[in-house]
Amino acid sequence: MIEFSLAGLRRALDGGEISSLELTEACLRRIEERNPALNAFVTLCAESALKEASRADSGKAAGGPLAGIPIAHKDIFCTRGLRTTAGSRILDNFAPPYDAAVVERLAQAGAFPIGKTNMDEFAMGSSSETSYYGPVLNPWDLSRSPGGSSGGSAAAVAAGLVPAATGTDTGGSVRQPAALCGITGFRPSYGRVSRYGMIAFASSLDQAGSLTRTAEDAALLLDSMAGHDPRDSTCARRPGERYSAALIPMGARALEGVRIGVVKEFISEGLDPRCQQVFSDNMATLRGLGAAVSEVSLPRLPLSAAVYYVVAPAECSSNLARFDGVRFGLREAGADSLEALYTQTRRAGFGEEVRRRILVGGWVLSKGYFDAYYLKAQRARRLLADDFARAFESVDLLAGPTTPAPAFAIGEKIDDPIQMYLNDVYTIGAALAGLPCISIPAGAVAGLPVGLQLMGRPFAEAEVLRCAHAYQLETDWHRLWPPGTAAPFGTA
Amino acid sequence: MNLEVVIGLEIHVQLATRSKIFSGASTIFGSAPNTQACLVDLGFPGTLPVANREAVAMAAKFGLAAGGQVAEHSVFARKNYFYPDLPKGYQISQYELPIVSGGAVEVAVPGQPPRAIELTRAHLEEDAGKSLHDALPNATGVDLNRAGAPLLEIVTEPQLHSPEEAGACMRSIHQLVTWIGISDGAMEEGSMRCDANISLKNPNDPQLGTRTEIKNLNSFRFVERALRCEIRRQGEVLRGGGTVIQETRLYDAKLDATRPMRDKEEANDYRYFPDPDLPPLVLEDSFLEALRRALPELPAARRERFEADYGLSAEDARRLCENRATADYFEAAGQACGDMMLAARWVTGDLAAALNRDALDISASRVGAGELGVLLARLREGVLSGKLGKEVFQAMWAGQGGADDIIAARGLKQISDTGALEGIVDDILASHSDQVSQYREGNTRVFGFFVGQVMRATQGRANPAIVNELLRKRL
Repeated sequence: MIEFSLAGLRRALDGGEISSLELTEACLRRIEERNPALNAFVTLCAESALKEASRADSGKAAGGPLAGIPIAHKDIFCTRGLRTTAGSRILDNFAPPYDAAVVERLAQAGAFPIGKTNMDEFAMGSSSETSYYGPVLNPWDLSRSPGGSSGGSAAAVAAGLVPAATGTDTGGSVRQPAALCGITGFRPSYGRVSRYGMIAFASSLDQAGSLTRTAEDAALLLDSMAGHDPRDSTCARRPGERYSAALIPMGARALEGVRIGVVKEFISEGLDPRCQQVFSDNMATLRGLGAAVSEVSLPRLPLSAAVYYVVAPAECSSNLARFDGVRFGLREAGADSLEALYTQTRRAGFGEEVRRRILVGGWVLSKGYFDAYYLKAQRARRLLADDFARAFESVDLLAGPTTPAPAFAIGEKIDDPIQMYLNDVYTIGAALAGLPCISIPAGAVAGLPVGLQLMGRPFAEAEVLRCAHAYQLETDWHRLWPPGTAAPFGTA
Repeated sequence: MNLEVVIGLEIHVQLATRSKIFSGASTIFGSAPNTQACLVDLGFPGTLPVANREAVAMAAKFGLAAGGQVAEHSVFARKNYFYPDLPKGYQISQYELPIVSGGAVEVAVPGQPPRAIELTRAHLEEDAGKSLHDALPNATGVDLNRAGAPLLEIVTEPQLHSPEEAGACMRSIHQLVTWIGISDGAMEEGSMRCDANISLKNPNDPQLGTRTEIKNLNSFRFVERALRCEIRRQGEVLRGGGTVIQETRLYDAKLDATRPMRDKEEANDYRYFPDPDLPPLVLEDSFLEALRRALPELPAARRERFEADYGLSAEDARRLCENRATADYFEAAGQACGDMMLAARWVTGDLAAALNRDALDISASRVGAGELGVLLARLREGVLSGKLGKEVFQAMWAGQGGADDIIAARGLKQISDTGALEGIVDDILASHSDQVSQYREGNTRVFGFFVGQVMRATQGRANPAIVNELLRKRL
């Protein structure tokens, strides 16, 4: 029996139960079968994946902890010679001349790309509906959204199209889709993983992460992804750790001595009572593992959505200025002046949500508004980070639900940006503070998965992963497959 | 009505780093378009800037040399605007927290006492590329070789009161940045570009008048000429009862006039904000201390030392300290011959003339400082007369060898042997008895005639002092 996780596939490949080529072909078959409905992939690279698989099998490829394993990259990571769209029409024809640091590092570890996953345009969205390539659907219920912006990666892993995928999390774009698709979504501390080659949305918030079946798999990916990169000045000058090694051994009281704080502000009126019940059950499970669970308060947390929707658009308005039709990407024909070239190209190239955020961003940075919006938001952001730091004086980890409710219907929120933005209220805080955090499958409401979010101190990735792993050793939520989705290789 | 002129300058100095300010691409001038722009310079999606340590060190060095405050903590900011030669759609600059605040440069206009002009600030930023409007038929080309070149923008206080002072200020800054080695100062390659802010006001009015900004003045001469034009224009407007409009203007050298820049960028709101891709620039004390220790003796200090220690005139000291290479040359030549005054006279005289004639920089002089030192030593020892010294120098300049080789080869050694000269003097007096009589009758003007005859007989090699003495004795 082969377990369709990175750890399980590692064992199966090493034990000769399966070859990399068999694994890759199985993934490609499944993609062929399921992707037309899910729309999780924007671009496939079957040929190069099969070639890599053969190389791995023949022993010609350099070995590595992920050798022979095909994975998917969110289409925001630049891949050399392979189209990288960021879900936008403006990059529909863009094939980068270089690999992102994350792609490079995972390739060095032996994991090769099988394709690029669909996403909200430039990672701006919480439903994967703003993509130029159409919405991604949730494998648990095809009428529902998988969340976003890393919805393609989440759906692909949830439906067993690939064992793992990369994602990016600016305000929750890894954790929220992981929660809505019933998988594990991990966001490391800001600066833990290089942003080089990751198309920028909001530079001070963007962080590469992973979508996997287990916390153990997240640790396995992070082992290879983390570390200093001189090409990214915001990347931490500290070496990566062997995160996977920190997960063993674990006994029945694995969380003995771990203090977990329940964030009071998360348990508010916006939270679906059924999700609140799931969360209470989750805390009982953690207590059962020996953790000391108490309530803590982050008084400025309610400001986080307001802060985020000033800071992120401000940075995006500047980051997206380079898409001007001059050097790469779309150039709209027929412009009779420079100004027309800009406006026509950008109007045709960017979708509505991206345009909205660029406008908001330009406005909060403009003369006369800068102090009242951008500067004030930055100040509030610091105060919020202080709240987190204070909470971590008395607890080791913070916990809360990942989302206020399970997956919403496609089309339900897309015309109401405020409702859409509020879907991120639980994930934005940790992003603003740059903390490592994870969402793990922790229950179900009306047949839809619900996530538990754990947050740690800056660079305490190992602690976060250890707690999530302990939870997963105790529970089976992460082993569930969506209805009608058979486990690859007939596994549980 | 006499109007007071108030001028402030913003001078962009290209720093002499090997690579660009935020990328590893080369900064060499004059390469084929777009061959020196890497993915970072091209603003490719996903690329990130990394600050060049060397550029930071150079900016800090300038701050220390100008006596300004070098910030322990400064911040890169984005200046947002769209233009095809600005690949990212923003320029990385410094806004609220520049690396250097304050400081001053000395400005000397000939015939006026030198004056210190205060600096407001100096900040690091990246250069933009170049739009090529005439390179392609029916299209504008963009050359991004210059995009990301490191610039230090130096801003003066509005304390300059004439075009001549503005020109002198630019020269002074040029002298300082080349002196401390942070720029090659190559004006013709655009290594130093200047924008000038200028306004006129009634001398009794405490308020400054409305200013205009004249952009892209790329030579000392253009700064002065453009400002002269603009002073004339603003003066006419004000004297005619009109008001000056605050605007950006360009100087047209052909028409010798300024005209408003017709550019919508004028009204731009640059939406500055701290660049989230670059953490604040933090400079350790030890880093600054090391830079301070490595700083060369600065022009003003060196001038003073030349005057005090070598007894040079203020004018000679100023000329010898125009650039560091000249000052170094002078000191080396002076030390080699042991006579600083003599060295000063030659470096500002014959050497300067020769360099000027051949349009050479002193660093490319055909006669090295040590070689000149040998020649000056021979002059000092009396081996050569002043006249022969010039002749030997020209031979050295022409590449005929060192001073001693030329003296030997041409037999130019001065005759100071009294015995040998006595014979020559006696022969000449004997064969010119008429002139001897005239002299003895009181016509002392013929003395020069005798000297000339001795020099002729010795091909100018006779030591004039000894000849004079012998003639006087005999006559």
